[in-house]
Amino acid sequence: MTLVDERRPAPEAPPADPAIHKAATERRRRKRRALFKRDRTILIMVLPALVLTALFAYVPIVGNAIAFQDYSPYVGMFENPWVGFANFDRVLADEAFWSAVRNTLTITAFQLVFFFPVPIMMAILLQGLLSPRIRSLFQSIVYLPHFLSWVIVISIFQQILGGAGLLNQFLRDNGIEAVNLMTQPDTFLVLVTSQALWKDAGWGIIVFLAALSAIDPSLYEAAAMDGAGRRKRMWHITLPALRPIIILLLILRLGDSLTVGFEQLLLQRDAVGAGAAEVLDTFVYYSGIQNGDWSYAAAAGLIKGVISVILVLGANKLAHLFGEAGVYQKS
Amino acid sequence: MSITTRPIDTSHPRTSQVIRPAWEEPRAPLEAGARAIVLFVMAALIVVPLYIVVLTSFSSQATITVAGGMVIVPGELTFAAYEQILSGGVVTRAVLVSVGITAVGTVISLVVSVMAAYGLSRPGSFAHRPVLFFLLITMFFGAGMIPSYLLVSNLGLINSYWSLILPSCISVFNIFLMRGFFMGIDQSILDSARIDGAGDWRILTRMVLPMSKSVITVIGLFYGVGYWNAFFNATLYINDSEKLPLQVILRSYVLQGVSVPGQVAVGSGEVATLAVQMAVVIIALVPVLIVYPFLQKHISSGVMIGAVKG
Repeated sequence: MTLVDERRPAPEAPPADPAIHKAATERRRRKRRALFKRDRTILIMVLPALVLTALFAYVPIVGNAIAFQDYSPYVGMFENPWVGFANFDRVLADEAFWSAVRNTLTITAFQLVFFFPVPIMMAILLQGLLSPRIRSLFQSIVYLPHFLSWVIVISIFQQILGGAGLLNQFLRDNGIEAVNLMTQPDTFLVLVTSQALWKDAGWGIIVFLAALSAIDPSLYEAAAMDGAGRRKRMWHITLPALRPIIILLLILRLGDSLTVGFEQLLLQRDAVGAGAAEVLDTFVYYSGIQNGDWSYAAAAGLIKGVISVILVLGANKLAHLFGEAGVYQKS
Repeated sequence: MSITTRPIDTSHPRTSQVIRPAWEEPRAPLEAGARAIVLFVMAALIVVPLYIVVLTSFSSQATITVAGGMVIVPGELTFAAYEQILSGGVVTRAVLVSVGITAVGTVISLVVSVMAAYGLSRPGSFAHRPVLFFLLITMFFGAGMIPSYLLVSNLGLINSYWSLILPSCISVFNIFLMRGFFMGIDQSILDSARIDGAGDWRILTRMVLPMSKSVITVIGLFYGVGYWNAFFNATLYINDSEKLPLQVILRSYVLQGVSVPGQVAVGSGEVATLAVQMAVVIIALVPVLIVYPFLQKHISSGVMIGAVKG
């Protein structure tokens, strides 16, 4: 996934004579105009996408200015008083903000350990399965939950693990005290990760299967001939073949450290309580949209956004240091 | 080392097309069994909850009472829950809203994306690199929830269905997926059409589109599933309860335990509240199940994989 995949034409060296230089500029300008005329139609085709992107991805960036204001929705946007970094000071002094940061990072770290490796293991397990029919049946089943909405997924979990759910029916029938796992702050970390696993672990195998199927089988054959057993072949052929894609996904995940399943958390935040289920995104939502503290929420969101960009760039740099391709590279 | 000369075991009937390379050692029965069990458990963890939800939605009040809640063993089956929620009222309206947004949104998203992907598929065209960069870079940052909300609000789109379509209308990732596919089309065919006087619109609609049916189907389905599943944007932008899509209704009904107004009969008489709730879950899930086989077919045909590897 290189960011820019076309090679830039080598820049022409500026000629010494100003007259020639001028002529060259004129020629280039004429060429550009001809190019524009030729490509008018396809430019028109790209236009709607450009307008939508400009409007909904770039314009709101300017809107972040309200983080430096004392914003009130009843006044025009640039008539609000400017307050410098006052909102940021308030955010950084807020214990609730730091609690949200802690929760976010805890969930990210926990999922890095207990979620991230699962698709890799599933793919390797599936790779060893010989019957193509069972394989594709299994794939059909495990990809499915990815396409269900978070509302559905959590509704289903609620019916299985919730207060009136299947687990508690079973516990009560056997005379054991019921526990509502859907409202337990203590086990919330495990719950969130199980839901993520249920929904997306199966879908996650798709990239690893692709990488596995790209391995030249003769490598395995040669290794087997040389006496490498199943385990050795896995260690010396399978895992090295998966390394680039593992590192790529790891970078993406690290860059996204501050984002953890927003809809998933939002849907359960009220049931579990802010203590365990408030993450940065829900913090922004509740303080801004719910409590109407617009500038404050925008400041918190901006802090998150800026750190996220730094994390992506940093993770990518790290990948280059390890000699991997990373997400993007200079062309 | 005895493995390389070992013949493939042909003693059992070849119903399952088992192909094992000659050099690979056969698995120890214990290991093979463990693998099978792990895979089976994974599949069961997904299928069983879905089965229970479906079954409960079709169960009568009596069966649910006997089971003490969710039903595992089929008892008396009834369509009562579905009849109740689809006979007008809140859920019916929400279904119509969701269907409308999904249909209109998917068409708009596809048209905009196809045009953009085609327009970007010719390196060396006017402003090609800046435009590419302008779109791609948005994948690395988000402007933030609050400014986005204020923008939609300033555009006067609060409580408008357009707020559920326009802000999330295009996915740069999908555009680049399509662009990659379009660039893989043999350019000499398109060039010869161009020499024969065909313009870009004609080339796009008459040549490129028919050649790209699979990628367009897949991306259309992705957009469609996205619109159908969207929940947060409606909580954010829609206050008018008459305009709420199905996912929001599902949330308030099943997760927040709100009894939806206009459904006074819920829980009374023959129709169980639980069955009605599960029926809402199923209705929210069925469209995805219907399109899923098509998606699955194209996923396995490698459209996605090429993109992910990009």
